[in-house]
Amino acid sequence: MFKVRLIPCLDVKDGRVVKGVKFVDLRDAGDPVEAAIAYDAAGADELTFLDITASHEDRGIMLDVVRRTAEACFMPVTVGGGVRTIDDIRDLLKSGADKVSINTAAVNRREFVKEAAEKFGDQCIVVAIDAKKVSKDGEPDRWEIFTHGGRNPTGLDAIRYAKDVVALGAGEILLTSMDRDGTRQGFDIALTRAISDSVNIPVIASGGVGNLDHLVAGIRDGHASAVLAASIFHFGEFTVRQAKEYMAKAGLPMRLDP
Amino acid sequence: MTTVIVDYGSGNLHSAAKAFERAGRESGGNESIVVSSDPDIVRRADRVVLPGVGAFADCRRGLEAVTGMIDALEETVRGKGKPFFGICVGMQLMAERGREYEVTQGLGWIKGEVNRIEPSDKNLKIPHMGWNTLDSKTSHPVLDGIPLGPQGLHAYFVHSYQLNAQNKGDVIAQAEYGGPVTAMVGRENIVGTQFHPEKSQKLGLALISNFLKWKP
Repeated sequence: MFKVRLIPCLDVKDGRVVKGVKFVDLRDAGDPVEAAIAYDAAGADELTFLDITASHEDRGIMLDVVRRTAEACFMPVTVGGGVRTIDDIRDLLKSGADKVSINTAAVNRREFVKEAAEKFGDQCIVVAIDAKKVSKDGEPDRWEIFTHGGRNPTGLDAIRYAKDVVALGAGEILLTSMDRDGTRQGFDIALTRAISDSVNIPVIASGGVGNLDHLVAGIRDGHASAVLAASIFHFGEFTVRQAKEYMAKAGLPMRLDP
Repeated sequence: MTTVIVDYGSGNLHSAAKAFERAGRESGGNESIVVSSDPDIVRRADRVVLPGVGAFADCRRGLEAVTGMIDALEETVRGKGKPFFGICVGMQLMAERGREYEVTQGLGWIKGEVNRIEPSDKNLKIPHMGWNTLDSKTSHPVLDGIPLGPQGLHAYFVHSYQLNAQNKGDVIAQAEYGGPVTAMVGRENIVGTQFHPEKSQKLGLALISNFLKWKP
């Protein structure tokens, strides 16, 4: 039976996990590879690295992180953050990433999605969509694409944009609500459902997870294929296993391999 | 014993190589894993692995672009009967033809063709991306000791096309995704998985170990 995916996400800056990972006894809580190995052992269904290294020149460090992760973890790894060119994608895939997530580069130039999918196959091209609600209370829901961590509006309608990138060859959408990101109030369910129901490729819900019910709601009510969370795992509130068992109890098909 | 992972410019062979190395170490064998685009190294190998990601036609062109590689594969796998393992598109390439974007000739080792998955439930997303259990159709040494069926271990899939084998006996395992999806095929000395054993944690490593011990 096909299962729902739970994906922990690690923010990495200059080769170090931002804020550290406190959920297990790691020799080096800032080493993304150690954190990845721990998530692998805990039964994570995939892992996402978000590279927030500021300088493009220092991005070789991330390639090394990916390479070392692929040597030790036998689960799928997605890498996003600052992916701008076909060469960036090739370097990441060659280092061992299974999927690459494109954000601003696709907003700036939609054709980039097509070029990437044609070159590497749509199965490895994830388009990251950062959306914010722009409709007022009482108006029909409307979300817009924002870039630069939610600071820059683009005027693009989120649903329209999602359909566009699917037509261009995106294999998956990583959808983050910029209204909810970091709030721990749960996913923007209306946004997640609106996008998931509009496209025929998998959607990963992201942004706002504060408890395990939020994960369940993302799938059950948001119709997402997968849910992504960061802080609830990093700070040791819940293990990946606990989260998956909770989701299974709520009736969702989860992979609980020993 | 030498296992060669054929490098023809299709995607990342790094994780495949690492998974084979680890499975080799864990099963205690004296396995040497080589990644190579040299047809002579393929000819000398004891086992051959053909990975593949991307589109069928692209992979076929990549394989043709390595001078002498298809001949070396025919000779080593079909001629000498060395154990062969195709992964994802590397498995699909064993079919007679693929129909992804365009009609492309395959190696023709398994009768049948590669078509788009069409789940009966239109709500199911394509690609079939994620973890699924395997339903065994025929027992096979490469699946020995691996818990299968709805309560069994999971394999990681990511694909929009599948190999529809003409001879049902060539299908070793299927996955359920709005209808049966071909998960593993094989006959004689060749096997192939649609899923990625190098990304399938426990199931994947167990399957690779079995392959490294397999004496067809």
